[in-house]
Amino acid sequence: MDIKSEEDLVEAVRGADGLLSVKGGGTRGFAPSGDPLSVAGLSGITLYEPGALTMVAQAGTPVAEIEAALAKENQRLAFEPMDHRSLLGTKGTPTIGGIFAANVSGPRRIAVGAARDFLLGVRFVDGAGAVVKNGGRVMKNVTGYDLVKLMAGSFGTLGVLSEVSFKVLPCPETEASLVVHGLDDAQAIAALARAMGSPFEVTGAAYDPAAQHCVIRIEGFESSVSYRMQRLKELLKNAGGDIAEWDAAASAIFWAAQRDVAAFAENAGDVWRVSCKPSDAPMLAAKAGAEAHCYDWAGGLIWLRTATGTDVRARLGVFGGHATFMRGAEDMRKLQGVFQPESAGVARLTAGLRARFDPRGIFNSGLMGAAL
Amino acid sequence: MEMPKPDKKVLSRKARVVARLQDVLPHSAVIHDERETRAYECDALTAYKCPPMVAVLPQDTKEVAAVLRICHEEGVPVVPRGSGTSLAGGALPTADCVILGVARMNGVIETDYENRLIRVQTGRTNLSVTGAVEEDGFFYAPDPSSQLACAIAGNIAMNSGGAHCLKYGVTTNNLMGVTMVMMDGEVVEVGGGHLDAGGLDLLGLICGSEGQLGVVTEATLRILPKPEGARPVLMGFDDNEVAGACVSDIIKAGVLPVAIEFMDRPCIEATEAFAKAGYPMCEALLIVEVEGSEAEIDHQLSLIMEIARRHNPVELRESKSAEESAAIWLGRKSAFGAMGQINDYMCLDGTIPVSSLPMVLRRIGEMSEEFGLKVGNVFHAGDGNMHPLILFDANKPGDLELCEAFGAEILKLCVEAGGCLTGEHGVGIEKRDLMHVQYAPADLEAQMAVKDVFDPGWLLNPAKVFPLDASEGRRAPALAAE
Repeated sequence: MDIKSEEDLVEAVRGADGLLSVKGGGTRGFAPSGDPLSVAGLSGITLYEPGALTMVAQAGTPVAEIEAALAKENQRLAFEPMDHRSLLGTKGTPTIGGIFAANVSGPRRIAVGAARDFLLGVRFVDGAGAVVKNGGRVMKNVTGYDLVKLMAGSFGTLGVLSEVSFKVLPCPETEASLVVHGLDDAQAIAALARAMGSPFEVTGAAYDPAAQHCVIRIEGFESSVSYRMQRLKELLKNAGGDIAEWDAAASAIFWAAQRDVAAFAENAGDVWRVSCKPSDAPMLAAKAGAEAHCYDWAGGLIWLRTATGTDVRARLGVFGGHATFMRGAEDMRKLQGVFQPESAGVARLTAGLRARFDPRGIFNSGLMGAAL
Repeated sequence: MEMPKPDKKVLSRKARVVARLQDVLPHSAVIHDERETRAYECDALTAYKCPPMVAVLPQDTKEVAAVLRICHEEGVPVVPRGSGTSLAGGALPTADCVILGVARMNGVIETDYENRLIRVQTGRTNLSVTGAVEEDGFFYAPDPSSQLACAIAGNIAMNSGGAHCLKYGVTTNNLMGVTMVMMDGEVVEVGGGHLDAGGLDLLGLICGSEGQLGVVTEATLRILPKPEGARPVLMGFDDNEVAGACVSDIIKAGVLPVAIEFMDRPCIEATEAFAKAGYPMCEALLIVEVEGSEAEIDHQLSLIMEIARRHNPVELRESKSAEESAAIWLGRKSAFGAMGQINDYMCLDGTIPVSSLPMVLRRIGEMSEEFGLKVGNVFHAGDGNMHPLILFDANKPGDLELCEAFGAEILKLCVEAGGCLTGEHGVGIEKRDLMHVQYAPADLEAQMAVKDVFDPGWLLNPAKVFPLDASEGRRAPALAAE
């Protein structure tokens, strides 16, 4: 069914006689069984108030359209959502609903927060076909339970987003990056922790062991960026490596590639994404024994490229965090599960919520934990 | 404010419940004497009072779990309580409840600068979280004005904000993990030292759920390196609308102030009479604060003042020193106290889109005439979180009711303007019955479904958040099942 309005969406959900495979632009490569239900036809920016830093858009609005509208006002999606297409080899058009449904955030997440922190309000259709709204279009809102956060990152398992409202931020005047060359993993993560612990408002902190580049990004007014770069240089002069600076253009190229994990796009193999405590990262990367790895979020995010079929979770063992199976053969992803299995208590709550929001169990069955 | 009738069966079992609680807690931690339970009869919404049946003061997660298990078995409602500073009645007891106070749970469990986090017991006060790390150059960002007294437990329950959340976000943006005890005594760990949930964002759901989903006993909080410095500029305008436009222009310009505070004429007058901060007498006053090194602050303030000058301010006062900064903040910080000198007041908390500021202020002024009650407005303008202070006389019969009716009209106006009933104080009992204004039945149903999953018996913090008529069907069967 071609969904052109929220009413169409309600009808499609109510009329469903089996499983539904819910998606936006389909760039994540998930293929839960069921009839495809795409919100790509629900498209368009409903409201944009640059002076209030807020935008409201239909869930299927292409991210590119949103970014173009924001760029005209010199604003942006500050959480820097990645584009999965090159890494996953998928086609399709990333949608704003998909970004929030999957809580997709990029390198700037460590400084400004995740997609979920920018989502202000949602409208969605639950599994019984009821239209539910929560939150709104204001920055501060504690009126009732925060279903906005619950919907962010729920991957279409609780309801199908029809509209999202979110916070945007002004683009900075410029950016630059400091590059420390020649550190090992542990030294690099320690250097990034020092930078993050400084008052210089680092907005990107990554380490690529292949190139031995430990990269720290600063954004803001020109004078402020050069001042902070200078101070960071002093701070890291004993970190053990050679220090260089990348200007705005070079910095932008690096972070765009970092955001999309471009380094793994050309090589075959599985790809995993590990969220952990930054200081645990070198130890976890060593345990994973991947063919290639790189760090973002000052170590809080590890990207792993492994031989096909590697059971990364078994190698990592029990740790504080979670590993997501991003790219791999469909049967392996089904077998191992895309998402990290949760503790019994959390799993029970998750199952309970799914049973209440989607009583027939029709949305993206089997994608996130076990349905009841 | 209507509260459900206490359950007689529960009240009749008081002695047994007390005895069972004394089996798992030291006697000094179980308060059941009627003279002593009175200390817990209200929070900072003092217009409503009701002593609880029992109050308990456990000291760790294990004791909390033991208490909840007993209350669950006995069918006793539980009202969790942080420091009791809620302005919304979030910790108001029912006569048949056990107050679960976390005040004795105030320890620091772990400080981790490398990963920029601290783990605390949730009875710890907001300010003392920063206190534990500030010597090492760090701070905890959310800063509700009650931060000297309020507990992290209450901050999490209400998703508290503060003056500086324009830049740093509110509690939910700074909370990384919790240990939570479910109503049946099960202990659940959610989140931790890593970022973002691996599955559903239960942490985001728990934060702001007003103690109705579980009792949070420990929390992992994000701490940040302290900025090199901070300084404000004060600006006065002859017109609210112009001040509103100035706020919007500053935000658009790409300067990200940590705070943009707004005061209107009634508030400025009251504050001047009380604190003598030397504020200009005008219609609207803004305080805009930025952070960074001295040179960075100078640069940002010059940009902000350039924008302000385009709006013909009647006063523009840039702070050049710590003393001048303190003088600028003095009036704002004493605004509530100043209004309290004039009369009793009720503090509202609606949020509106910044663009609606002039319209909403004009309407509040008109309504003030209609109701015959004075209002002062002092609020966080950068994010549209308003705090209208309605003055009334608590000793004058009918004045409180009139004030509440006026407050309800203002909150309805906020919703009409595209905003919400509460930006940082929470719903509690105060705004419970106004939830229908903001949410349709299906919206409330979805929220109540969450409560069904976490607390099927609806025993935790009953009769809050949801209009009584909406939640009745869920609360009644739970009681009938006894």
